[in-house]
Amino acid sequence: MVKIKNTESLRTIKNKFFPLIKQRLGHRNGLGITQVLVCSGTACSSADSQDFRLELERELDRHNLRDNVRVIKTGCFGFCQHGPIAMVHPGEVFYCRVEPDDAKELVETHLVSGRIVDRLLYQNNGQKANNIEDINFFKAQKRIVLRNCGVINPEEIGEYIALDGYFTLADIVLNKKPSEIIDRIKKSGLRGRGGAGFPTGRKWEMTAAQDASPKYVLCNADEGDPGAFMDRSILEGDPHSILEAMAVAGYCIGAAQGYIYIRAEYPIAVERLEIAIDQARKYGLLGKNLFGTSFNFDIGLRFGAGAFVCGEETALLQSVMGQRGEPSPRPPYPAQEGLWGKPTLISNVETYANIPVILREGWEWYSGHGTATSKGSKVFSLAGKINNTGLIEVPIGTTLRTIVFDIGGGIPGGKKFKAVQTGGPSGGCIPDKYLDLPIDYESLKEIGSMMGSGGMIVMDEENCMVDIARFYVEFTQDESCGRCTPCRVGTKRLLEILKRITEGKGEIEDLELLEELAFDIRDASLCGLGQTAPNPVISTLRYFKEEYIAHIKDKTCPAGVCKALLDYTIDEAKCAACGLCAKVCAAGAITGARGKPYRIDPDKCLKCAACEAKCPKDAITKGARREVVNIAENCILTGTGGQEERAAL
Amino acid sequence: MAQETHLNKKASESEIPASFVYEGMPEEKADEKKIRGNKFSELDQYINLYTKEPGQLIIILQKAQDIFGYLPEKVQAYIAEKTGTPVSEVNGVVTFYSLFSTEPRGKYTLDICMGTACYIKGAQELMNTLKDQLQIDAGETTPDNFFTVKSTRCIGACGLAPVLVVNGKVHRNANSGQITKIIKQYRKGEDGENKKH
Repeated sequence: MVKIKNTESLRTIKNKFFPLIKQRLGHRNGLGITQVLVCSGTACSSADSQDFRLELERELDRHNLRDNVRVIKTGCFGFCQHGPIAMVHPGEVFYCRVEPDDAKELVETHLVSGRIVDRLLYQNNGQKANNIEDINFFKAQKRIVLRNCGVINPEEIGEYIALDGYFTLADIVLNKKPSEIIDRIKKSGLRGRGGAGFPTGRKWEMTAAQDASPKYVLCNADEGDPGAFMDRSILEGDPHSILEAMAVAGYCIGAAQGYIYIRAEYPIAVERLEIAIDQARKYGLLGKNLFGTSFNFDIGLRFGAGAFVCGEETALLQSVMGQRGEPSPRPPYPAQEGLWGKPTLISNVETYANIPVILREGWEWYSGHGTATSKGSKVFSLAGKINNTGLIEVPIGTTLRTIVFDIGGGIPGGKKFKAVQTGGPSGGCIPDKYLDLPIDYESLKEIGSMMGSGGMIVMDEENCMVDIARFYVEFTQDESCGRCTPCRVGTKRLLEILKRITEGKGEIEDLELLEELAFDIRDASLCGLGQTAPNPVISTLRYFKEEYIAHIKDKTCPAGVCKALLDYTIDEAKCAACGLCAKVCAAGAITGARGKPYRIDPDKCLKCAACEAKCPKDAITKGARREVVNIAENCILTGTGGQEERAAL
Repeated sequence: MAQETHLNKKASESEIPASFVYEGMPEEKADEKKIRGNKFSELDQYINLYTKEPGQLIIILQKAQDIFGYLPEKVQAYIAEKTGTPVSEVNGVVTFYSLFSTEPRGKYTLDICMGTACYIKGAQELMNTLKDQLQIDAGETTPDNFFTVKSTRCIGACGLAPVLVVNGKVHRNANSGQITKIIKQYRKGEDGENKKH
């Protein structure tokens, strides 16, 4: 393998691969070749897209079409709800939910007879969308970071080079001074996409200014937020953009070694990165004497083993060095003393993915997107109670309404929107009154949430906000590393109070206690995990206090989620007295006889919902608990959840 | 440097991994010893590969878990000896990260994704069904060593929520009825295999 020494040799590779890529970008360049792109991201692969791809290849063999049709693995298209996705070029025909059994029809109808397979097309409110541009999901998006995802084959370095990959690195290493590049990053206004939003250019400058060696470049790919998959999709769809950006960073700050810290739970991303690093080394784009200069840079992988706190940068450093991932106080910042006590630049995957495009298109172009204080675009993973779950990218400053209703397609089943949760366990819940607020780092902080790494969970009227707060606190309590007391003990107590409320044993004083404790944890914890852990509680208390009060005073859960506060009842008018419910009830709580309506004894009922599922007449419903007053009094008399338990705290 | 010499010395002391003993170790039968020896020599290859660079303890432990299925004390002690790390430090790392298990796991690990997207779409119900059906708690293994039930942090397949992962195979949009069916299928699959033998 000849090592690449300059832009000329990159251009030779680009020329070889570009015709195929050009066709994928919508040009009908008379190649005489049809390309079928099959999404090979985690979501589509989990839905058997790889079986579809193999079946497609077998069908092509059967029809002797292998010379004219290329089947290509790509990264995530983002339209995960309707996966697996297959796209045919020329024509940009976008097929959804393809199953292995559909391969035959696709080959015979589309590839042999030239007719589109209508039933596999996506429907916008009943209207068939022939190609990707007709789909509402993609219309309001601006793909800057995800520009290559769903276009190139992530396992072929030539396709990345064909889209001008590594040209920027070559130009910088051969012709530019580090200070010049750092200046451009600063002017672009790029801020860290890991959550805190620290200006990236300043971080580079600080690390470059350190008078110590060696230095390290570190990529944080420990995407621990539940419900977030942006970084994983970037690594799966466009791994070389991260490698190129890290090499540029290495040149700018004076480092020769980079590490990518990635979750072991992401096997596909790990495999793609291994392939990418291997290919880059073969071409001489990583390793010693890049482009014939004295600049050396190589990248190694380090694996996380399932600890949320390792997303915090000082904890991450410990984990990269093979230790327990416990955070340490800052300063010293990693830029001063990081890996093995040496200056270390840590940035998140999405931050790096912005670097090559900023340097290629210019900082002026980049800073033209976004708001006054937050430039560029942001990738979000949209999930929860939403029609189009998936990966999206919008200019910063887009409103939640555009994201949830235009791109996300609204709430399924005609249910009512209740809240959006951004920022994962460190963020907050945003109620409907802020749907028209343009979102950026500052505006989200103001309303008690945060940008976070980009998880966005939509909730509808059937989600209980007290239960959601409990869910997040349970997560952070479990993930707290135990190093500092406010976080270790505080989150435990927070969880106990929330549990008490969801079980109907809360008292009105608990709300005050919750708030006080939440602020104490926020102010006194050592690292970001503890400082932000109470956010879900603070924000739900702020916007959904009436739900807390309903749990405490009325002993009901308005959303019908908290089991202890629910009763299952049989509608006597609907009941056919078939007895199926009584048979399936494990607790023996249902009594009755043939011909007479059945009844559920609320004291015996375990709320397993087995009867509800079994009833052929839909006569069984869950609802808010009745005879509230009596039960509440009982509780206090017998001491469960009353003064005694509180005293035990 | 000091660490390296320590490493070399230890390596020569325990050239035959099967002969590795520690205080209080239970006696083993001859054939068990042989199997164990093979596994340890496989582990040795990884240890030799990864100790070239500093800070590779986590990946060594991951490989060890792949080989042994879990990380019993004797494996932890062995890795500590071979890498020249205090055994307390190895144990500290093993117990810190949720990926590592010090108990053996069943043949099939049933992982319920407890990410937020799965949770709000009913993952808790699935977990309750699993616990009910198998009569074990999360993190436990059935007495016949067949199923282990676990909850896992987001696997990032939120579009398919809620999901159940069985030994890496993803079952999407799962509900309680399907779970019962899935459990039966795996049990049946096992019976089928037994009959073939």
